[in-house]
Formats: sequence, C-alpha cells, structure tokens
Amino acid sequence: MRSTEAPALWVRLGTVAAAALIALTACGSTTSTGGSTAAQPPTANTKPPTTVGPGEGALNLIAWEGYTDKSWVDQFTANTGCKVNAKYAGSSDEMVSLMKGGGSGQWDMVSASGDADLRLIYSGDVKPMNTALIPDFNNFQTYFKAPAYNTINGIHYGISLQWGPNTLLYSTKKFPNPPTSWAAVYDASNKGLVTAYDYPITIADAALYLSKSQPSLGIKDPYELTQKQFDATVALLKQQRPLIKKYWGTAGDEITLFQNGDVTIGAAWPYQTIQLKSAGGAFADTIPIEGATGWGDTWMLATNATHPNCAYLWTAYVSTPKVQALQALYFGETPVNTKACAEMEALQAGSCAQYHADAPGSYFNTIHFWKTPIATCADGSKNCVDYSQWQTAWTSITA
Amino acid sequence: MAVTTAGRLRKNRGAAPLQSLFWRLPWLRSALLLVPPLAWFVLIYLASLVLLLITAFWTIDTFTTQIIQVWNLDNFRLILSEPAYRLIVGRTVGLAALVTLTDAVLAFPFAYFMARVASRRAQTILFAAVLLPLWASYLARVYSWILILNHSGLLNWSLQSIGLPPANIGYTYVAMWIVFSYIWLPFMIIPTYAALERVPETLLEAAADLGAPRWRAVRDVVLPLAFPGVVAGSIFTFSLTLGDYITPILVGGAGSTFIGNVVYSNVGVANNVPFAAALAIVPVGIMAVYLLVAQRLGAFEAL
Repeated sequence: MRSTEAPALWVRLGTVAAAALIALTACGSTTSTGGSTAAQPPTANTKPPTTVGPGEGALNLIAWEGYTDKSWVDQFTANTGCKVNAKYAGSSDEMVSLMKGGGSGQWDMVSASGDADLRLIYSGDVKPMNTALIPDFNNFQTYFKAPAYNTINGIHYGISLQWGPNTLLYSTKKFPNPPTSWAAVYDASNKGLVTAYDYPITIADAALYLSKSQPSLGIKDPYELTQKQFDATVALLKQQRPLIKKYWGTAGDEITLFQNGDVTIGAAWPYQTIQLKSAGGAFADTIPIEGATGWGDTWMLATNATHPNCAYLWTAYVSTPKVQALQALYFGETPVNTKACAEMEALQAGSCAQYHADAPGSYFNTIHFWKTPIATCADGSKNCVDYSQWQTAWTSITA
Repeated sequence: MAVTTAGRLRKNRGAAPLQSLFWRLPWLRSALLLVPPLAWFVLIYLASLVLLLITAFWTIDTFTTQIIQVWNLDNFRLILSEPAYRLIVGRTVGLAALVTLTDAVLAFPFAYFMARVASRRAQTILFAAVLLPLWASYLARVYSWILILNHSGLLNWSLQSIGLPPANIGYTYVAMWIVFSYIWLPFMIIPTYAALERVPETLLEAAADLGAPRWRAVRDVVLPLAFPGVVAGSIFTFSLTLGDYITPILVGGAGSTFIGNVVYSNVGVANNVPFAAALAIVPVGIMAVYLLVAQRLGAFEAL
C-alpha cells in the first residue's frame, strides 16, 4: 500500500484520530494495574476456531490497492478454491466505515494499518484470531507477533503483514558526512532544503527527537505526550517551519523534490530511497541515533465474516515466505516473516538488507511504531494529549 | 371511414382543451417545461448541499467521531478564534484576488485583439489556442509547471545558461500565483472576448467622428462596455482559485494550505465532517458577496 499511490496513504493515517477517541472511551473506566492493562474490546471473549475447515469457495476482502495482486492471488485460489473478491479502499476511514457492523456479513477481512486497528478493535468490528492456525506465525519477527497496535492484553486481533520505518533520507552530495541525528532537520544551516511528511503523526518524529535531545522533558513514548511535552514538540516544529521547502504528501512528491534538488534532507520511507538510488541519484538513508517511527499493516478478521475458513487459509498463505517476499518487493515494504529474506534475495539480490528484512530483534527497539495517541497515558492517568489535538496542532504548524 | 373521422374528431377534441388551457394559462406551459430540470436541481443539487451545510452547526463527539446533532456555533467560533484558520482564509482570498487581477490584465489585450483586430481566420486559430489547454488534464498542466519552476527545472537552467542567478521560485507563493493565473486564463479571455465583440463598431466610429483618438475611444467607450465581461470572467477565476486544493498541494511550498486543503483533510483524514462543512461555508459566503457585487456591475448581462 505504501508506495506511489500516496494520497490514500496520507489520508488513511488520519483515522488515528477516531481510533484514539474510541480507544479512549474504551479505556476511560480502566484503572491500569502495572501500566499495561488496557480495556477489553467488545469481542475479547469471542473464541477463535481451533481448526480450519474446507474453504467456503469465496473470500471478500477490503484491501489497499494491489494488496491482492494476481501474481499471488491466482495461486491461492488454485490451492484452496476460495475465489478472492477484493475492494480497494482509499483510506483508513473508508476501511473503518466499510467494516461497520463487523463487516455486515459482506466483508471477511481487512488489511488495516496501525492507525485504524484500535478503532476497528474497540468498535467490535473485528474479532480475535488464532495464531496457531497460521503455520508461519512462528517465523515472524518477535515484535510483530504481538505489536501493541493489534494485540491487546495478549489477544491477537489480526495477523501482522508488512511494515516499514520512517528513515532520515539525505543527499550524499550535500552531506558527505552522513547525518547521524534528527537534529539535521531542525538545523538552521539547512534552511529551505528540508522536507517532512505532511501528516499530524509527524509530531511523533519531533517528540522522539526531543526525548533524546531534551531529556528534562521526560518524553518516554512519542505517542504519549503530556500537555507540556506536546507544547514543547509543537514549538520545535513551528521553529522548523521556515526551514521546510515543502511538506510532502505522497512518496512520488518527495522523490521529485529530492531528484530536482529542491530539498536535500527529510524523513522518508525506504521506498523513496530505493527509487532514488535505483535512478542513479546520490542519496542514502539512515536510522538516526534517536531511533525512528514506523508503521505496520495487519490482516484482521471481520466479526461477522461469512467465509472464516477461507480467511484463515488466506492469512496463512500471505504469511508464507514466498508471498511475503513478492508483496514486499511489489510495494517497497518489509515482510514480518523472517524466512522471507531468502525469497527476497532470490527475486532481487540485496533487497533483504535494503528493506531491513533481516534486522535483528534489537532493531525494533529503535522503531516506534505508529499508534493512536490517546488521552490515557500508559500509567493510566488521563494527562496525555489525544489525537484530535495533534491534528489541530498540525494544522497550525503547517498553515 | 366513419370510424376514422370519429376517431380524428375525438383526438382533436382531446388535444384542444389542453391547448386552450395553455392559451388561457400561459404560466402552465412554462411550469411544465421547467419543473423537471428544476426538481432535479433542487432535489439532487441544492438539497444535498443544504444537508451538508446543516452539519456545520453540529459537532462530532471527540471520543467516537459520531456526529452529535445539537445546534451550536462551535465550528464557526473555532474558525474565527484560531489564527491558523484566519491565515488560511486570508491567503486563499488574497491569492484568488491576485490571480483574478493578473488574468484580467493578461486577458484584456488578448481578447481585444481577438475580437476587434484579428481576421476571421486568425480569430479561429486564436480561439483554438485559448481552448487547447483545456483539452489536456489539469494535473498534466500543473505538473508541467513543476518541471519548469523546480530547482533544476527549465527556468533555472535557462537563467543559468545566460549567466543569471537561479530564480528558485518553485514551491513558493510565486509558483502558485503563476500556475493559477495560467490555468484559469481561458476562463477570463472568453467572457472578455464575448463582451468586446458586442461593442458596436458604430460607437467607435462615432467617437472617431467626434475627434477622439483610438486610445481615447478604447478607454472611454470600449473599456466601460467590456467591463461587465471582465467581471463575468473574474467570477470564474476568483471562484475557481478559491475552491482549488490541488495546485497548493502540488506547487505550493511549506505554508501553502488553502481552505480546500483543510476541508479535504477534515473530511478524509479527521472524519470531522461538521467542521469541514463549516469551513466550506466560508467560500460560499465570500462568493455570495462577490456575485452580488458582480451583479451590480452588470456581469450577468455580459454572460
């Protein structure tokens, strides 16, 4: 999903807001014990199946455009007899609204992004899945077996699919000494040469930087900011505004900006770096010392799915190394299955390392995956700034 | 034979009352003619618009993003109190006005030449030239400007090859101003041309007979008569710029947000339709005032 089709990407992240809000209502009455107990979603007690029966002959999916490409769907249909009918959604919002009423019996699964997940989970539109029915689950990167955006209190509301980091992309001509810190994008000497992702979640990038550069603020999680931390972050971004040439909305936009030399440094997805490099440009990306933010997609099962067997067969199929590798290279994202690395190399030498598909577990300590900013902080207090404020702040930063 | 005659008579008798009815009540015919298109317009277009705008007076529950149907003015209060929105509205209106002015200045001599100087053949060619860009996609035309204006684009390349410093106007207000002025120029040329063509030659001859030089005749006779046409064109250039949100995304720099961009992100991203509706009312209000003024200036007679 995360590629050139970008307006959609831009838009879908937006659902974080709604997710936050719903999560908030859900969490509202919870007093956290030990700091990790979240409220139980409505479908938490729905017992997932323990075996997968024969396919029902059809599978209705809501997916990002191209997530059901012929190059791997045809083989699935031949294997299982499940005919895949996919509707491509343009945004996370559209996905959430299509999934209303647990998919209304019309939809079986949705390939939701981290920003839509909580919303789907807390509105009861998706239900727990049994990871034991996904043979490749054991080969997943440990982090993606139970990421916070799709697993609550140990219950899995979907099976992770692909992910990507938000890296620091720069021109190696302008920066012969590679930047090692996000400080470069806030440095006045780069005035007019900086770009940033035009989306409220970018605030988390700045918060992440402040968590290291100004430890006195006490930022622990870039998605859980107190008012004071939030104000400091927004102030940093407003200070950065004059340095920005243009905020990018689509991957293609950013590639054009770098290619034409309008900007020389800024946050990007691996996809952009790979495209720029393959076009022969002098560009490189890095995960700075402060770490980076990232995103992850999940196949989720509709509460009222009418083809559950086909759904499990499909999830198991797209989790296999071969299909994971195909999809990763098709979209410029990274598979969650560690075994996919060899398949990626077979398809395109060097791609496994390029996309960090072989990253060690410690790598994920440096990636802070997108999740919905909600008013309830991890310690159970309600002192955190919720996503609606993130959005308002982003408007005033970029206005 | 008898049957046929009787049938024809009956038919005539059937038609006659309707015709005489129309004759006696002339409004009935116009009503019958107008009702289908008007019903379409009112039901499909206005009703849906009104339904959208009504939501501007509602809010969303910040917890569930469900719309709460309680009448209030919170959305409008936010637009007025938040400096960012005032800035965005001001920027949108300001640039729309600037583009309109630019197009009027560019279009007038061109339209004058087309209407009063060019031969019939040249006129056709110029008409085609004006309309030709409209056949190409809006996006293609905006992207072509990006190729011209960006850092390593045609403009900087040309400047540097003749030894001048690069202009670097890509992704700035200047870029937006140029692109908007280019894109909407045909919408100014055509009404201006239509107005200029309608200025009777006899008036110019009369002015000449009275000893006015050509420039004087243009200033005192042609310009006032063609002005409503320019105002008519300005309705297009102003409203089209006011409502646009694609050019700001593509050629604008940091801080190029238009009203349309905020509406778009509130509908698509934040799922806050009430606020988007409230903000959408702003250009509607501005255009209402603009149209009233335009009507005073006789723009509608010029269309």
